[in-house]
Amino acid sequence: MTRFTPPHEAVEPFRLLDTAGELLGETQMSAAEILESFEWMLLTRTFDEKATSLQRQGRFGTFSSVRGQEASVVGAASALDPARDWIAPQYRELPAILRHGMPLENFALYFMGHPGGCVIPDHVRILPIQISLAAQLPQAVGVAWGLQRQRTDGVVATFVGDGASSEGDFHESLNLAGVAKAPVVFFLQNNGWAISTPRAKQTAARTFADRAAGYGIHGAYVDGNDLLAVNAVMTEAVERARAGDGPTLIESLTWRAGAHNTADDPTKYVTAADHEAWAGTDPVERVEAYLRSTGSLDDDGYEAIRHRCADEVDRALGVAQSTPAATSGALFDHVYAEPFARFDAQREAWRQMQEV
Amino acid sequence: MAVKTMVESIRETLADEMARDGRVMVIGEDVGQLGGVFRATEGLQARFGADRVVDMPLAEGVIVGAGLGLAMSGMRPVVEIQFLGFGHQAFHQIGQQVARLRYRSAGRHSVPMVIRAPFGGGVRTPELHSDAFEAFYAHCPGLKVVAPSTAHDAKGLLNAALDTDDPVLYLEPLKGYRLQRDEVPEDRFTVPIGKAQVVREGTDVTIVAWSAAVQLALKAADELAADGISAHVLDLRSLVPLDVTGVADAVSATGRAVILHEAPLTGGFGAELAATIQQECFYDLLAPVHRITAPDTPYPLAGIEEAYVPDQARVVREVTALMEVAP
Repeated sequence: MTRFTPPHEAVEPFRLLDTAGELLGETQMSAAEILESFEWMLLTRTFDEKATSLQRQGRFGTFSSVRGQEASVVGAASALDPARDWIAPQYRELPAILRHGMPLENFALYFMGHPGGCVIPDHVRILPIQISLAAQLPQAVGVAWGLQRQRTDGVVATFVGDGASSEGDFHESLNLAGVAKAPVVFFLQNNGWAISTPRAKQTAARTFADRAAGYGIHGAYVDGNDLLAVNAVMTEAVERARAGDGPTLIESLTWRAGAHNTADDPTKYVTAADHEAWAGTDPVERVEAYLRSTGSLDDDGYEAIRHRCADEVDRALGVAQSTPAATSGALFDHVYAEPFARFDAQREAWRQMQEV
Repeated sequence: MAVKTMVESIRETLADEMARDGRVMVIGEDVGQLGGVFRATEGLQARFGADRVVDMPLAEGVIVGAGLGLAMSGMRPVVEIQFLGFGHQAFHQIGQQVARLRYRSAGRHSVPMVIRAPFGGGVRTPELHSDAFEAFYAHCPGLKVVAPSTAHDAKGLLNAALDTDDPVLYLEPLKGYRLQRDEVPEDRFTVPIGKAQVVREGTDVTIVAWSAAVQLALKAADELAADGISAHVLDLRSLVPLDVTGVADAVSATGRAVILHEAPLTGGFGAELAATIQQECFYDLLAPVHRITAPDTPYPLAGIEEAYVPDQARVVREVTALMEVAP
């Protein structure tokens, strides 16, 4: 008999660590790699707390914290090689772009509204932070396709959310990636919310990962608050892409523990039941419990990491805050590779206006 | 020099450039096996392979967005939008992403990318194919917009567009593809982006046009000459950058300006030109700047497009009327 409907049996995301930090299977990550990832997670949690506090004082711009999604983002990034792989980010993946080489002060400057925040160092293989949701996906496919054509073995990882997966660019990109067998991994963080719109209003699909089948590409569904599971799934997807076996859509099931951004008020739409359902799933605590239980981390080690994170956040925010204000020239820098008379005349006119 | 049609010139230039530079790729709908619906890419896939001349899924947004990614990766993509009328489906990538990537990455990423798109009417296409929406794109900082009117300039501007690290929207006249024939040098040359050209000298009135409208202006000028009116015709060739000096010199030479375009009046690129002309040539003007354009209506079904696209009789009539305006 013909089946007209997709399967609706519940599926469970792949998991390696339970919420208490107990290992349920085998991990490919070494203790040193897990410790390094833990430090990236803690660094951005430290940054999020500090930057949120500064924002409340009017000393930092509107920004989106990665709180609650650290294992998801770091787990994905930890499978990448910054020397050959690329990241096409959205805007909530701070630890991934830091690990890839973006200076923390540049990220801070970006959300302070300073044009210096757009600077990507020459050797750093990332696309600009994307605000226009899903627009980075076609570009990620194009970069991946270009790397393949140039016979490099680089892979592109691109981040997208449950909300942005409703955009046309999402469909067009997964479709092309499948056709072109581009070495790209679509890492979809399903954090439950698109600002205030819940996941159930984005799609009737059982999981976002199920959609992979429609594009003829690999799909995976993983517990996004489990660093080891995310790393395992991402590593496999990256290796497959690198070997020329095409793209993967990974759905990382996680939870936005904070607001959409500092201008948002989640008390208007997140219910007590929502909070209850996700209580006890903090990804940082889960890795910490695992590291302590396996003897890789003790109180002294933890304090040392906390200090390094606090120092790095202070350093980066110090650099950002002491960066001189931009002049009007920054309006005109990098608009064209080859500027022209009318453009140059405007640059000069704006320079003179600023001098007045 | 050989005489070629515009579409031949474009096709041969693409072939020459692909042979010269292994980074050049051609991607778009039906560009490979078929060679494009206007045959602008005919033979390229057979010669350069299906991995350099690529038939894309039917989705303008990802065609342009993936082209942008290819450019970032080190390729020099030539992206075809089958008809500019369908550029709406890619506008978010063109206006917001392609045009701004250099700026948004503080120069980390260059965009050596050419977006080719036929545009304009007069060839009885189905609905929604023939719009002349060049003004939308001219309003996107970071993007350059060129619109050749001859087979010669088609080659020179395509080469220039491939040479620059700025993204270029390269507009091809649907009506001129096979109709327009002229001499094209065999050797590689460029026509500078941002430089207009006087294509007919005259003393009474200046007609500013681009793309297919240039040939219309020249025909009207012949007819006007028979009536004793000497028309000076400027082929803009590039909308962005705008050759402000070239426009000002051409208008000041006669003191009367007529802007001729196929797009609707309101917000058309003629508005930018009219404003520029009054600023640059105010004291030389003998009459108000006049625009000959389509009405502010959607491009119609083909059966009445003759009433929509400006034609020779209308140009002659309105230029003649302008000559009678006295200060």
